[in-house]
Amino acid sequence: MGSKRGYFGEYGGRFVPETLMPALEELERAFLKAKNDRNFIADFESLLKDYVGRPTPLYFAKRFTEYLGGAKIYLKREDLAHTGAHKINNALGQALLAKKLMKKERIIAETGAGQHGVATATGAALTGLKCDIYMGTEDIRRQALNVFRMNLLGARVLPVDTGSKTLKDAINEALRDWTTNVRTTHYVLGTVFGPHPYPMLVRFFQSIIGREARQQIFKKEGRLPSLLIACVGGGSNSIGLFSGFLKDREVKMIGVEAGGKGIESGLHAARFAGGAKGIFQGCLSYVLENEDGNILQTHSVSAGLDYASVGPEHAYLKETGRVQYTYATDDEALQAFELLSKFEGIIPALESAHAIAEAIKIAPKMSKDSIIIINLSGRGDKDVQEVARIKAEDSSIRSE
Amino acid sequence: MTKKGFTVRKKFEQIKNKGRRAFIPYIMAGDPDLEETAKRLKILEQAGADIIELGVPFTDPLADGPTIQRAAERALNSGTTLRKILNFLADFKDKINVPIVLMTYLNPVFCYGIERFFKDAQKANIGGIIFPDLTVEESQPYRYFAKKYGVDIIFLVAPTSTPERVKKIIKASTGFVYYVSITGITGSSLKLDKTFENHIDFVKSFGKPVCIGFGVSNPEEAGCVSKYADGVIVGSAIVKVFYETPDKAFEFIKSLREAI
Repeated sequence: MGSKRGYFGEYGGRFVPETLMPALEELERAFLKAKNDRNFIADFESLLKDYVGRPTPLYFAKRFTEYLGGAKIYLKREDLAHTGAHKINNALGQALLAKKLMKKERIIAETGAGQHGVATATGAALTGLKCDIYMGTEDIRRQALNVFRMNLLGARVLPVDTGSKTLKDAINEALRDWTTNVRTTHYVLGTVFGPHPYPMLVRFFQSIIGREARQQIFKKEGRLPSLLIACVGGGSNSIGLFSGFLKDREVKMIGVEAGGKGIESGLHAARFAGGAKGIFQGCLSYVLENEDGNILQTHSVSAGLDYASVGPEHAYLKETGRVQYTYATDDEALQAFELLSKFEGIIPALESAHAIAEAIKIAPKMSKDSIIIINLSGRGDKDVQEVARIKAEDSSIRSE
Repeated sequence: MTKKGFTVRKKFEQIKNKGRRAFIPYIMAGDPDLEETAKRLKILEQAGADIIELGVPFTDPLADGPTIQRAAERALNSGTTLRKILNFLADFKDKINVPIVLMTYLNPVFCYGIERFFKDAQKANIGGIIFPDLTVEESQPYRYFAKKYGVDIIFLVAPTSTPERVKKIIKASTGFVYYVSITGITGSSLKLDKTFENHIDFVKSFGKPVCIGFGVSNPEEAGCVSKYADGVIVGSAIVKVFYETPDKAFEFIKSLREAI
């Protein structure tokens, strides 16, 4: 880690309007307090157990392993967590922080596909906080079901009609709201991104994934895995898993970004393959930008990976070589989505399907006694309709 | 003979000697294109601007409201970039006598190269720089090159800034200190609120010029805000009048000038 506060090597930092600084300083103080507050940690862990349903299983995917014919494949089943993805770990942690340590009345969040919005609305319902979720109008159109879920949970969904009308614009609006209402409101950022202390705060709440997985693999196999694979949007599920194994030098790690329609096409969200260093939405990291420093539009079949930048700790882990980064295209992710459904009876989220796609490429080349753990970060129910639409489009193209 | 550059701090000395307050209008460069920007800069000068704040368009202007964000979109649509703005100002510098302060988000400058940017800013006779997303804590390399190339660097202070932060910000700022509003607080609500008055007085107590940008939308508010400060910055209202009723822009801007 870097010597400067809030930095991972040269990445991270705090690049925000002055209006937000007092809020970030307050949050940092609350976070440091929470980490050492036994009551807070006990409350959080008890909710993870009884409300979220942790620990989530580490499941040996036997038929999928046999089909690929190489390394043994384990799935860390974050899809079985309450609300259907790892997002709940962080949303609940921050809701608790807002309620208990910062005494706020209201939480706000951004959401792209709606998973983090649903998780935050759930955290708000559980703790009795008011909740507003910012969502781009383009995403509202694509994810009507999640909008309804958030409303059911008592949250208001506030449409954002500026810029590209998607996730990054929702973050801009949430930051503006926070600036105005900082005295009463906490902003629940959904991933290991943004200004310090968010990358460390979200990592703290997601690190439960890696801690559990490490214990579970020792119990089942009596040894460390050879390889970890996780998808990387902002990067919270991958940091959650990787953080438990960073000190185990023999464990290799691969982060999988969204290759969209291919890097050459320009329609992707592979920041490491197609981006450069930049300062965006609060931190220095890798960004998809043009030479003039403006932020590019991104594309992915999976809304959760469809974002122009990536958590600063990932930039650092790439630079040090500790983690390798690659990408899977839309097509590869869709094939993986179907394959896992057929062989294991588990429909993965399209985000997680990117990690599965990498395993499909790499597992057959590995020996049968090697072990892969894939973070199955979410379940695919939310994606079924979209996949059906894409398949219908494809078959109509083929029949023409 | 004074040192070359640093035209913003020099301008404030003149204004102070005359016992006046500064009027600092803002427009977005390239809204809707740079030819129009050239005309608008002259209009602002003729209407009595002391300093002009010129925005650099950015795709994700998170410190700005919708009026300026839409102006940035118009500027980006006409292909306006930081590089083009610097070239434009290098050509335009002899045609205007008002110091120009560039307001730009960090990423365009970061991608351009920090030193190269300040070097070219000096060539274009740019008086000062405001980075809305640069905190004092992260500012070291930017301040270093600003000083080296004779450009003032202006930091923002907010009503929520703690006394410790105010001190750091004032120490880092050269030229003037930009007292920025938070949403929901406009020029008209300012006169009602004693807390903000006290805070502004505290910021002023260090002796550096303080200019206020508080969502001023008309001459009455401009007059009210000017009582508390060494200068008044007017952004959205001017961007709006140029966009909606350009024929009335000159008169409107002149009336703001007269109210301050």
